[in-house]
Amino acid sequence: MKCQNCEKPATFHITDLTGDELLALHLCPDCAKEYLKSDDDVEEAPTITGVLQQQLKLEQTAEDLKELDSRECPICGISFYEFRQSGRLGCPNDYACFAGELEPLLVNVHGDNVHVGKRPKRGSEDMEMQTETIRLRREMKEAVENEDYEKASQLRDRIRAIEGDS
Amino acid sequence: MLDSMASSCGEWLKGNGPDSDIVMSSRIRLARNLADYPFIKRCTDIDRASIESTVREKLKTGKEFKDQTFINVAELDNLDRQFLVERQLISRELADAEGARAVAIDGLERMSLMVNEEDHLRIQVMKSGFDLQAAWDQINQVDDRIEEQLNYAFHKDLGYLTACPTNVGTGMRVSVLVHLPALVITKHIEKVFRTFQRINLVVRGLYGEGSQAMGDFYQVSNQITLGKSEEELIKQVGDVVPVLINYERKARDFLISGENQHNLFDQVSRAYGTLQNAQQISSEETMYLLSQVRMGVNLGLIGDLEIPTINKLFIHTQPAHLQKLRRNELDTMERNIERANYLKQHLKSDLSDDAEMN
Repeated sequence: MKCQNCEKPATFHITDLTGDELLALHLCPDCAKEYLKSDDDVEEAPTITGVLQQQLKLEQTAEDLKELDSRECPICGISFYEFRQSGRLGCPNDYACFAGELEPLLVNVHGDNVHVGKRPKRGSEDMEMQTETIRLRREMKEAVENEDYEKASQLRDRIRAIEGDS
Repeated sequence: MLDSMASSCGEWLKGNGPDSDIVMSSRIRLARNLADYPFIKRCTDIDRASIESTVREKLKTGKEFKDQTFINVAELDNLDRQFLVERQLISRELADAEGARAVAIDGLERMSLMVNEEDHLRIQVMKSGFDLQAAWDQINQVDDRIEEQLNYAFHKDLGYLTACPTNVGTGMRVSVLVHLPALVITKHIEKVFRTFQRINLVVRGLYGEGSQAMGDFYQVSNQITLGKSEEELIKQVGDVVPVLINYERKARDFLISGENQHNLFDQVSRAYGTLQNAQQISSEETMYLLSQVRMGVNLGLIGDLEIPTINKLFIHTQPAHLQKLRRNELDTMERNIERANYLKQHLKSDLSDDAEMN
């Protein structure tokens, strides 16, 4: 059997039941792909960058946005601009650093901004202590880049001391 | 280890478990990050290597992980990485990434633990058929054990902190892999999925984000991760699955009733015939035809074939599996010929035996 749209052999036999009547289609792989694709209009889930862009457009003037974009997390150094371009955060502290912008985003995406599920059984979580190691690691990397090896080794010792405690 | 895996199936294609004619597998994944490292995007090469070795060392000490094999994904060649993607043990993102990254897998392929994917840790548990509760019980326990060894990034109000804000909170994605050929044929599938979107569920193809719905397989999963407990999220996905099963069964009943029956029987038989006799066949066409044959077997239209055999063919005819089984690298053309040979071998019709007897 030949494809009903072209001359190639029909290998796909599709039964369309959009209306009340059955509609039989005999298509070659290429035409079948095209046919099935044209029908596939299920909307994509909104992406984080898309939602964020929408939100910022509504809430910020161009000047405000410029200022916001240049804001950096003191721990990992990521700028807000980098986050909103990639949709990925740089470290746990970003959730605190960009809290004002993230809160409406979270409500937008999840319909909520408070976690109600599982919690680690370990006792008090000292966020500051943990992000301290991230900051020290970054400073160590920068020290190495600047060839300040003495500072780098001091920083390494401090990281080791903190890690040893936990 | 990868070579010996190639000939088997893994948990999600075992083809047993509750409602396994429609539900292939149930899967839960948790996204976790270590508190004292930046997220992957801001990690240096040293950070990534350090995360990998820390996780590997800590897991060694826990007896729950003694069955896990730790595989250095960065050292694998393309074929082996693709092979793990086809088995759903690693994501495409992890396969295509650069730098230190790894996966820990157990012998039965029920659990995989990816290191340095989008988050530091992506824990995944799979169960054959529709059994989310069993998946949750296991992954919850595994998560507890890991938490005893490693300090997770956790915020008292926001929960588990993740690189992408879409995963924050529980960090949990609950997915059920369903086979819906009748809903596809009758074109009801989009209507069903549009309804799902309205209740915060996501529908994806077999290999996750951006992948087309190969072989009429769809993954239904939760969209949101924050503001609902793990149990609530499992219920949210779990509640729609029986509805979906019911829709698919109704569509199958429709296709097999009255005059439609001849059309369906014809379509299924032709699909079976093509798979048995093709001299060269693409992976897409194979999936498409196997899907119809699978439904045909479930409806009793094809008698001499078992579901586990079909499930095995689904995975073994994929590009990387085919090449692993043949122990040879093959280009697309060679693969299409090998695939046809492989299908012929495994779908030998009884007719040819009769012919020989006569």
